Amino acid sequence: MTKARDIASATTPNANAALLATFPHRNLIINGAMQVAQRGTSGTSTADIYTVDRFALGHGSPVNAMTFEQSTDTPDNFKNSLKITAGTGASASTTGYAILRQAIEGQNIAHLGFGTSAAKAITLSFHVKSSLTGTFGISIRNQAGNRAYAGTYVINSANTWEYKTVAIPADTSGTWPTDTGIGFHLFWDLGAGSNYDIAAGSWTSGSNMFGVESTVKLTETTNATFFITGIQLELGSTATPFEHRSFGDELLRCQRYYCRSYNIGTDTGTNTLDGAITTRQGGTPSTNNVAFNVDFPVTMRSAPTMTLYAKDGTSGQVSDFGNSYSGDGTDRAVNAVNAIGMRGFGGGNFSGVSENDIVIFHYEASSEL
Amino acid sequence: MIITSAKYTKAHDSEGSLTGDNLGIVIVLNGVTSHVPLDPANTHYAEIMRQVNAGTLTIQEAD
Repeated sequence: MTKARDIASATTPNANAALLATFPHRNLIINGAMQVAQRGTSGTSTADIYTVDRFALGHGSPVNAMTFEQSTDTPDNFKNSLKITAGTGASASTTGYAILRQAIEGQNIAHLGFGTSAAKAITLSFHVKSSLTGTFGISIRNQAGNRAYAGTYVINSANTWEYKTVAIPADTSGTWPTDTGIGFHLFWDLGAGSNYDIAAGSWTSGSNMFGVESTVKLTETTNATFFITGIQLELGSTATPFEHRSFGDELLRCQRYYCRSYNIGTDTGTNTLDGAITTRQGGTPSTNNVAFNVDFPVTMRSAPTMTLYAKDGTSGQVSDFGNSYSGDGTDRAVNAVNAIGMRGFGGGNFSGVSENDIVIFHYEASSEL
Repeated sequence: MIITSAKYTKAHDSEGSLTGDNLGIVIVLNGVTSHVPLDPANTHYAEIMRQVNAGTLTIQEAD
């Protein structure tokens, strides 16, 4: 019997979870196995900084900065996890915060029907390991920040990988955009202040909601650790096994939101020619105009913010090599980047380039949510 | 999002003079110089305009 016939014979959408688990594109989360880390594999949190692709980590005073890394400490059948380590322990009080989040594009949640009478329940699942035990919180919130649901999960044993699921009921109210903007945020509460906390277990209207009441706040404990991987968010009230995707597939999904010219594994700002864009000043030198065209690997979500780097890694500069490729060239300030679109960009204005000069640069393009 | 400066950019004509409409906005964000397109769907552009409307950021004209 074909899969189509099997599905047709099922009496409800989740009547045969094992069969559904074989179907692709179930997971609304991108990079849920923490495979792709284009920006680098470690760092320190800011107000909002991307860690591995698509996952942002943020903290605000009095919570202290956390560190993060793409880790190889995983449950069976995974290669990577995201490890977060708390800084010096501090209470978030009212307005401090510490969160891990992924924003999901509105176009990708249209089929959930949120905000309509046809809204569907969804289920979150993931593998987690922490030096702390107890009841932890997650939340889901719309773009406007005025509609949210909080859920909880329990870590039973310290420093042990555990598999968790959180059921999220359908929301027939609220406004849930289905365009290229944020459809909703998914948050892991690592230390949200009381101003942001809501009670778990029901949809709530309000503002600035992303924390969960009466849950463990990781950042209150110095050097507490939190590992997570295998994150899946899917339609229905049953969690299916994690949908493993190839690295290349996941990379392309990530590049809709962020891409760059550097090789995978090479930090942005590294002094290298590998992957750099090479062009030549061919017009009137006094104009500083340089013609070129760069295509992105995939169509991006929006026209992205562009950052150019000279060969030596200096941001906001390009390298002017004159008529040879020797050395690092001379850094030239980027006055303008032209024709930035979802598919690529073309042309720039760089101070001080001369006729026929070879111009080399790297780029980062970000259309993150 | 800490934006410490923002200035419009324009294309340059064959004489090297600024010409036409604004192309984008060059910003310094967390110490890094980046170029933001005038696309309302761009997160940085949306944040710039939010800060402009709040009176906490001014976009300088291109020069």
